[in-house]
Amino acid sequence: MRFFEYEAREIVKRAGIPVTDFGFTTDAGEARAIAERIGGPVVIKSQVLTGGRMKAGGVQFADTPEEAEAHARDVLALEINGHAPRGVLVDPKAEVAQEYYAGVVWDGIRKQPVMIFSPVGGIDIEQVAEEQPDKVGRRHFSNILPLSEFAAKEVVASTGVTGSALNKLVPIVTKLARLFVAHDMTLAEINPLGRLADGSFVALDAHMDMENEARGRHRALLEDLGVGDEETRQAREATPFELAGEEVDAMDHRGVAGNVTEFDGNLGLVIGAGGGSLTLFDAVRSSGGDPANYCEIGGNPSVRKAAGLAKLVLQKPGVDKIAVMMSIVSNTRVDIVARGVIKACLELGFDPAEKIAIFRIPGAWEDEGYKILDRYGVEYADRSVSLHEAARRAVEKIGAAA
Amino acid sequence: MRKDATFIGVEVTDAVTGDAALAAKLEEVCPVDIYADAGGQVDIVEENLDECVLCRLCLDASPEGTVRVLKLYEGGAVL
Repeated sequence: MRFFEYEAREIVKRAGIPVTDFGFTTDAGEARAIAERIGGPVVIKSQVLTGGRMKAGGVQFADTPEEAEAHARDVLALEINGHAPRGVLVDPKAEVAQEYYAGVVWDGIRKQPVMIFSPVGGIDIEQVAEEQPDKVGRRHFSNILPLSEFAAKEVVASTGVTGSALNKLVPIVTKLARLFVAHDMTLAEINPLGRLADGSFVALDAHMDMENEARGRHRALLEDLGVGDEETRQAREATPFELAGEEVDAMDHRGVAGNVTEFDGNLGLVIGAGGGSLTLFDAVRSSGGDPANYCEIGGNPSVRKAAGLAKLVLQKPGVDKIAVMMSIVSNTRVDIVARGVIKACLELGFDPAEKIAIFRIPGAWEDEGYKILDRYGVEYADRSVSLHEAARRAVEKIGAAA
Repeated sequence: MRKDATFIGVEVTDAVTGDAALAAKLEEVCPVDIYADAGGQVDIVEENLDECVLCRLCLDASPEGTVRVLKLYEGGAVL
């Protein structure tokens, strides 16, 4: 989940990283009061979860409180890429001697966070990496072991920063890295990180993205920031298909059958159990398959709920077949899921043997499940067939059908 | 009385359908609400039949042979 800039700045501030004396408001009159308190030129920044803010006129500079109020009124009324602003951030216009970049991002390949630093800030780090690769320092670090300041020192020093600046930057980068781990972030970025005329450093902008599944662990922080449970803060709005998935999951309290994400492929997926969904989704892709969706099923959902999910996927335009697969071995009852997916086929007038490309859910009550699958002629696999092999078979079948 | 869904059928012999104590007991023990106490009469809730988790609690709660759970996917095998 993404944070607005004013929230990200608050998180940075709480981590002990110096920030400007900013204020957030939803009211133009209050923006004026904040500007008066700041007592000098200010920047009015629209608080939206989308890019292109500056270009769209969502960032305005004001020399007086009156100007700040007028700009705040305009910015509050300005939609950017279809997003109405949450409010405005009123920020002192800092006299910056140099802009730097500090960030931490999750590296999904290495499965470790990586800290990134550059003495060239204020622009996209990707651009710096392309044009001045020697000005970007990187270092992976453990998200389990304690983090030493030495790691940050290596990264910052590798970009040629020395002396007093190095000494002041190391604690900032270290705190950012610790914040990243402590708050289950997938991105924690300060850009620009400004060096002021007096040599001190201050975060001038911040972007934070938290792992969505970690929201429960950070309830107190989210409550402090006023982030409600109803705010998904995803990169895009949920599609009607995804909203329908939420309804299926909310159908009753038993188990999980939802967390649906829509894709464009022809192989519908009913997948899950203990992280199995991600592995299976990747397995389908690596076999050359084209998933129609991602989803999660597990924890012993009711037959009705399993059927609801399978029906939703089966009815998705473009879906030719579904693959029903779960992790290595699951405690979710095989017979219950088998009933659910077969019932979905039958109620939609499909032949389960035709529509279910493969059923691979080893685990509880599998013998009973296999009796049901046998009865309807559905191809199934037990635990002797790997997740990847099951995915390959499903892709092969749909390839043959296409 | 017998009712069938897609996977599960349940049969309650006529001799006990009017047993108010049994009707209450079956409604209480079934974890997936297959039985309802319809004013002292045993009723089978058809839309919940396929939710049966084969726990046998209804069989244990009723006099032997009066309630039967049938696995329709297995040729009507009795639980």
